[in-house]
Amino acid sequence: MSAPAMPPKVAALTPVKFEQFGLHHYLVCLKGIVVRECLRFLHQRERFISSLVRPLVWLFIFAAGFRQVLGVSIIPPYKTYVLYEVYITPGLCGMILLFSGMQSSLSMVYDREMGNMRTLLVSPFPRWFLLISKMLAGVAVSIAQVYAFLIVAWFWGVKAPPLGYLTVLPALFLSGMMLCALGMLLSSMIKQLENFAGIMNFVIFPGYFASPALYPLWRIQEASPLLYKICLANPFTYAVELIRFAFYGQVDWLSLGVVAGCTLLFLAAAIIAYDPSRGLMTRKQDTGGNA
Amino acid sequence: MQHVRTSGAGEEVAALDVAGISHSYGPKRALQDVSFSIAPGTFTVLLGLNGAGKTTLFSLISHLYGTRRGSIRIFGHDVSRASGEALRRVGIVFQARTLDLDLSVHQNLSYHASLHGIGGHQARQRIAALLDTVNMQGRQHDKARSLSGGQMRRIEIARALLHRPSLLLLDEATVGLDIQSRAGILATIRKLVETEGIGVLWATHLIDEVEDGDHVVVLRQGDLVAKGKVADVVATSGASSIRDAFSRLNRIETSGIAEMSP
Repeated sequence: MSAPAMPPKVAALTPVKFEQFGLHHYLVCLKGIVVRECLRFLHQRERFISSLVRPLVWLFIFAAGFRQVLGVSIIPPYKTYVLYEVYITPGLCGMILLFSGMQSSLSMVYDREMGNMRTLLVSPFPRWFLLISKMLAGVAVSIAQVYAFLIVAWFWGVKAPPLGYLTVLPALFLSGMMLCALGMLLSSMIKQLENFAGIMNFVIFPGYFASPALYPLWRIQEASPLLYKICLANPFTYAVELIRFAFYGQVDWLSLGVVAGCTLLFLAAAIIAYDPSRGLMTRKQDTGGNA
Repeated sequence: MQHVRTSGAGEEVAALDVAGISHSYGPKRALQDVSFSIAPGTFTVLLGLNGAGKTTLFSLISHLYGTRRGSIRIFGHDVSRASGEALRRVGIVFQARTLDLDLSVHQNLSYHASLHGIGGHQARQRIAALLDTVNMQGRQHDKARSLSGGQMRRIEIARALLHRPSLLLLDEATVGLDIQSRAGILATIRKLVETEGIGVLWATHLIDEVEDGDHVVVLRQGDLVAKGKVADVVATSGASSIRDAFSRLNRIETSGIAEMSP
């Protein structure tokens, strides 16, 4: 269908003198990016459903099946024996954050291919601020998914201490930031959308399985010392433990330090990667582009 | 094309000043020592065939690519060193469609307004005024996906004007549109130049979008081969019309830049 011609009428468009950006302007920008991410998420119902179904399948089927097979001894933060479903719930929260972080990476590659990313990157706000805002938006959506999962799990009988639902929030936020920063960094390395399958094979699955999400580290150590070392080198391990302890109102300081450090590292690398004079754009230029 | 705005220090300030820009994709040269400037309130056509370097130049001006050689200034602000100040003064319509198809027209425009620190009542007012300007009033709750190509382009133009830029960059803004839509969009942009004093850099390969009073910058395979007013480019290239001049400039090797600025 062809669009009708546009008559040349013009509103008051007089260029203005620009005031310096203040805190209010930064907050407006942040709000806009977060709202857009939330709207996009709400419009993609399939994404929401799949993000909820994935951990629930693990909880309802996998955990129920393995309850009798995998025994979990009393390890901190647990003070008594816990059901296997209870044990893997923090790992499933981490799984949601991990998939969501990688989803945001996928969405950035998609936006870049479709051109939407350009509208963000030509904003006059500093690029580091734009990227952090984008991450915060991704984390907000991730945390909403985690709580949706926890509500369903609660009805299934998998319950944390009531206060735990509150104390876990900072751990979810920090872990979400780390995984979103990792996703953002990866998105700068992926040249095409088709290459995203590699992320599934080389990041999501190894990251998830080589962690205490499904089984305690001491069991991994007994089974394979090498795998145990890999688990210790995996940042996702610390995200899961941070969440696990936070559910019981405790802080695992090692996990907190590793997650915070990795967040800063991935974030700095992502900001450099998206700097037009140093990172992503420079490399994209070198590999060709539309002249 | 000459600088026309005068700064407080008495120096002339161009809306856009491109000086000695070179760029390459690995070994492939995309732009070679390109220099030109455009004055506020003028309509400048960046002419070039596909692959001439127009989109590369746009990416450099909008700071999507880092400037490696040369400099780009927007109203005196260096795009590399003060990108924020420079980008606040520019509205950009990209060649590729950049609307979020899942969102409504209003949501798309609100998002862009927020990217310039404009929110709340001010944003709503601007959106309403600009939808009227581009003749899309009453469509703000339509999903972007439901719009035709021409309508999407109009929304993108409204979006580029939201933050009251003084310079508007449009990269092949009429590609894929029918003649009527092309004419309508072009007329609106020209009206903005005339009535609001906005400087426009209009990249195209369609020679029929050039009018006699325009300034033109002609790129060929990364080289700037002509710049100046249409009449001057036509005269210097010994052509009978701008169409003829464009054909000649793209077929014949030139010994240097045809400089026709008054």
